[in-house]
Amino acid sequence: MSAFVPSPRLVRAALPALSLAALLVAIWFVQPRAISYFGFNLMLNLAMPIAFATIAQLCVITVNDLDLSIGAFVSFVACVGATWLNETPLLGAVVLLGAVAVYALIGALIHLRNLPSIVVTLGMSFFWLGCSVLLLPSPGGSVPAWLAALVKFRTPFVPFAILVSAALALIVHVGLMRSAWGAILRGAGGNPAAVARAGWSLLRTKVTMFALAGVFGVLSGLSLVGLTTSADANIAIRYTLLSIAGVILGGGEFVGGRVSPVGAVLGAMTLTLAGSLLSFLRISPDWQIGAQGAILIVVLALRALVNRLERRR
Amino acid sequence: MDGRSATIVALEGVRKSFGAVRALAGVDLEVRAGECLGLVGHNGAGKSTLMQVLAGTLAADEGRLVVAGDDITASAGVAAARSHGVVCVFQELSLCPNLTVAENARVMHRAFRGFGWRKRAGAAMVAMLDDIFPGHGIDPADVVADLSIARRQMVEIARAFLVTDQPLRLVILDEPTSSLDQIVAEQLMGFVRRFVARGGSVILISHLLGEILSTCDRVVVMKDGRVVETRPARDFTRESLVAAMGSVVAHEEGRSVAATARQAGETVVEARPPRQADGRSLSARRGEIVGLAGLAGHGQTDLLVRINAAAQGREPHARVAGAVAFVAGDRQSDGVFPLWSIAENITIRSLGRLRRFGLIDPAAEARMAEEWRQRIAIRTPDMGNGILSLSGGNQQKALFARALASEADIVLMDDPMRGVDVGTKQEVYGMVRAEAARGRTFLWYTTEFDELLHCDRVYVFRAGVIVAELAADEITEERVLQSSFAEEAA
Repeated sequence: MSAFVPSPRLVRAALPALSLAALLVAIWFVQPRAISYFGFNLMLNLAMPIAFATIAQLCVITVNDLDLSIGAFVSFVACVGATWLNETPLLGAVVLLGAVAVYALIGALIHLRNLPSIVVTLGMSFFWLGCSVLLLPSPGGSVPAWLAALVKFRTPFVPFAILVSAALALIVHVGLMRSAWGAILRGAGGNPAAVARAGWSLLRTKVTMFALAGVFGVLSGLSLVGLTTSADANIAIRYTLLSIAGVILGGGEFVGGRVSPVGAVLGAMTLTLAGSLLSFLRISPDWQIGAQGAILIVVLALRALVNRLERRR
Repeated sequence: MDGRSATIVALEGVRKSFGAVRALAGVDLEVRAGECLGLVGHNGAGKSTLMQVLAGTLAADEGRLVVAGDDITASAGVAAARSHGVVCVFQELSLCPNLTVAENARVMHRAFRGFGWRKRAGAAMVAMLDDIFPGHGIDPADVVADLSIARRQMVEIARAFLVTDQPLRLVILDEPTSSLDQIVAEQLMGFVRRFVARGGSVILISHLLGEILSTCDRVVVMKDGRVVETRPARDFTRESLVAAMGSVVAHEEGRSVAATARQAGETVVEARPPRQADGRSLSARRGEIVGLAGLAGHGQTDLLVRINAAAQGREPHARVAGAVAFVAGDRQSDGVFPLWSIAENITIRSLGRLRRFGLIDPAAEARMAEEWRQRIAIRTPDMGNGILSLSGGNQQKALFARALASEADIVLMDDPMRGVDVGTKQEVYGMVRAEAARGRTFLWYTTEFDELLHCDRVYVFRAGVIVAELAADEITEERVLQSSFAEEAA
């Protein structure tokens, strides 16, 4: 009997890809011309920064924390990219490195003081927002030419955003899911006490994951501002929830170190395309957020079904 | 001491306190090369604490720790213990459930890194599992969360016996067989003897005294944080060992308690495993103690969960008349609320009755907690303390109190005596019998044969179905084993 039923684990792994495929079919049905090189270039324009932010969130979720400051942080990076990085590149680079160091410190603080990450990162979101407003009180600024050229790079046949997302998924998959160090990092989410008993430093794992989140956050902010060419302090505020949704859509769990980088990137693309589909359907922007939520609920309901399947085994 | 073999580990005057509770009050312990040392004692006698000190996960307040000739008191820690060849399999499973078997091997063995580490770790684990538990059926790519608790324990044990870049001199097994069925437990004990014969050393902590007596060379008895007795295993008998631990001697209950005329009560539970093809079903009458036997993980827990669900009226395979309470066996995953106090852990099942104006009445809650602290002798200065401040056995007592304090007519027990000391067991057995006499029904899944002797009837499970029903006078170890293994024997 079991030979004909795919294993729940397989279904779980395939769900993000299936949701994306379903969405593509829907878009094709509504607007066939969108399924083209040009169409994808337009639709997936913003997939790159969202994918980076989602991977940043995934790093934090891997060690059982949640980062509520990622949206504000990406906005801050975008503001730095549109001001200092353009005017005084050295200062800009130092500030971005410093920002990654702050992320690492937050990880250390959360571990050493045993603080709830939600509270700390919520506080940090106001910190980043404040920094952004100080830096760029009104929308504007301009980005370095090389950055704009880089993110708007046109590759033949396959849009650049898809290539970057695929490379991102692959690199993080190898690093986190296949490498010997990745096993330790995920283990620290699955059973921290066991990892500590085996002689690993939990402080180091947490600092590593938060620093990585900072790095991906910087990449997200830079790719975003490269696309928009100017920034404002609230440019990426919604990335916080989008990134969490992307990780969960991609098959991740909030606790227990169960994550999937490939799924998370697919989840980020699904969320990006969901916006396009809703526009094609002529749903007014007022309703779009609600409709996006509905899509999320449908996919998560499917996940719950898969989970029940797993338990029945 | 007799100079035949070298001392691997020597502990001298080790003391350790947790706040006001003194866990170790000056312990001297010596382990020689090529011996299996049994360590027995009540829950809370300090065995686990002592082993944590030895494995480096806890620092002693005082005392010396010498391993393989080196005094590592100052540098004590997991790394020092490991580099001197001391490995501990902890009582609470310490695998990462989200990782595969091979990845879990990597967590413990740093040598598995670089290109192809996954393959090497997997191959090493399979080879070790084949050696210890032939026919284990575990794949190195299996995610641990998908394995049964027995298989997880097998993985954990195999991982400890792996030798990579560090020497392996002493393996500490803390209740290693608590989730294993008898056959697998015997495989492990056979491997321990082979390991010891090759010159390795093992410290075996177990509440199964038969296991200790048949496997160990020497037995150390601990009580109240001290070593009270050290003798060769052959000088002990079951009775003398229990006597040395200072608890009530486990007297054979015989069949006299069971099989009294309780047949009259009405049937309160009726359940059938979903895979059961023939007409057999499990039924229990009011005031009965019904045992669920068979090898570990053959559908007993599953049926209990279904009966529990039926009480809320959503299960086609079971029918119950009355309220149900569940005593979990896997304390960590579905027993305790780790962040709550002992009192809150006990009263959670009864909050419906502790209400005043729709809110929880703190005074009533405290009263109930205090009553059960006395009735079940939970060893704590304050019921407001966190549940995790209790030793494993006392946590289990609190879970019993949760069920018995409730209004439930039917109590489901999912092998709850795993890793509980003899004294506590006797207390709980007494309570179960008393409560049954007052009309409560108990459905009791157990992996320990002795516990079946407390039952009025026993259902033996195999491969998810009921294969035999034994009346009280038919319950013998042979009959149970026969039914559990009928297929393999044929």
